[in-house]
Formats: sequence, C-alpha cells, structure tokens
Amino acid sequence: MTVAPSLPLTGFWASTAMIAAIILCSTTGEVLTAAAMKSIGDLDEIRARSGMRGAIRAVVTCPRFFAGVGFLALAFFSLLFALNHLNLSLVAPASASMTMVTNAVAAKFFLHENVDRRRWTAAVLVCVGVYFLAH
Amino acid sequence: MKHHNLTARQYGVLGLVALCAPLGDTCLSRGMTELPPIILSHPATLIAAVFTPWIATGIALLIGFFASYLTALSWADLTFVLPATAFGNVIVALLSRFWLHEPISVQRWMGIVLITLGVGFVAQGPSLTERPAPASGTRDESLASVEEEQLR
Repeated sequence: MTVAPSLPLTGFWASTAMIAAIILCSTTGEVLTAAAMKSIGDLDEIRARSGMRGAIRAVVTCPRFFAGVGFLALAFFSLLFALNHLNLSLVAPASASMTMVTNAVAAKFFLHENVDRRRWTAAVLVCVGVYFLAH
Repeated sequence: MKHHNLTARQYGVLGLVALCAPLGDTCLSRGMTELPPIILSHPATLIAAVFTPWIATGIALLIGFFASYLTALSWADLTFVLPATAFGNVIVALLSRFWLHEPISVQRWMGIVLITLGVGFVAQGPSLTERPAPASGTRDESLASVEEEQLR
C-alpha cells in the first residue's frame, strides 16, 4: 500500500493550533502530576522508609498520576507532530515559554501554590529568556 | 512561606532535570526531521517513529528527566521546579559555545542572562508552599497502603 505524500502544515492557524495543543496538554499534565506527587509526599522519605519498591508503588497506585501522564503523553505526541511540520526554532521557544506562564497561573489557581512576586518575575524572565535563546 | 533548604542531593536531582530534558528534545528533533511529513490520517507512522534510534535515545533521556522531575515535585513546588527545566537550555547553549565553538548571537546571550536571572530569583526563595498538616484520613490512599504494608 502506498501513502500519498502530503504537504507540511505551516500556515499561521495550523502552527498556532499545533503549539496551543502542546501548551494545553503540557500544562494540564504537569499540574495533575504535581498534584499527584504532592498527595503522595516526599519520595526520598518514602524510599528511606519503604525502599525503592515502596516509592515506585506509591507513585504507580495514584490515579491522578496516570491522568497527568496521559496528558503529558498527548503533549509529547503533539510535540512530535509539530516538529514534523514546523522548525524546532519556532516550536521550542513558543511552547516552552508560554507553558512557563500557563503553569504559573495553573499552579496558583489549581495547586494553590504561593506564586508570589518573586515567582511571577522569574516566570516572566524565563519566558522571555527562552524565547530569545531558542528563537 | 517557610524557607526549605535543599540538600546537595536535591540540587543534583534538579541538575538532572535541567540536563536530560534539552538533550532529549534535541535527539527528538534530529530524529523527527529525518522522517517524511506525518499526517493525522496515518497515526501509525507516528508510533513507528518511536522506534528509530535518535527518537529512542531522546525518549530514554526524557524518561531520566521524568524520574528526576517527579522526585523534585514530591518535595518542591511546580513553580520552583519549572525554571530548573528552562535552565537546561542555558547549559546546552553554553556547551555549544565553549565545547563545540558555535557562535552565540547577542539575542541568545540576552536569553541566557534572563533565564539565569529568573532561576536565581526562584532559587533564592522557598522551594515549597507551607500548608497546614493534613488531618488523619485525608492522605492519599496509595501512600497509606505502602505504610500499612510496612507495618505488617
């Protein structure tokens, strides 16, 4: 069976949709994973108490962890798909820098982290820095 | 927020988070650009891409990143750990300048300075938001079952 060759998707809206999909899936996955790890507790302490097997078991028996991994996997395949159509110099800075800001917002509202002025400043500096570095 | 001092081992875990992610992404990019364009109507080609050498290496590095990232998230806030992942880009840029002797533009130097400043800002602050101790019965069941097994 032969597959008809297709042109790469490089239009503005197609690029925006691909990058938005990475950002959305990545932010959801990271927030769910962070929430799971917080609910499990310090892995170093669990490992000291229950060994490596106990630490792995604590992680893999947490349903929220798998929800997070599911979204991170979606983000990963969205990244692969985008890299196949767009340049790394566009995908990496756009998705990485925007994810930094969306994660800070999500961490404040969903994880109730104390995102103080110091962390907001850091998020913005890193966001602009990643854009400059990879663009 | 109370200032939680990190141990040398915890800084090592953050170092792994910083290094493995950009190296893994670079391998993925190299692997994906070598493949012909993939379309959504043939998702199997995307799965097959996972088994090519560059992408497999990238995935191995990203698994290392994920293990250290999870460990870091268990004792630090998401907004504390994330700048560490961005600092990996600085490490790769510096390696490419001083090891591979690649030129770095003024714009990229500005990016390096901004990310370093951002990471410095976060690193000076507390790593974890202080929360009231959880009441009994509200902890995650997965941890409770591990502890129960230890008591048995």
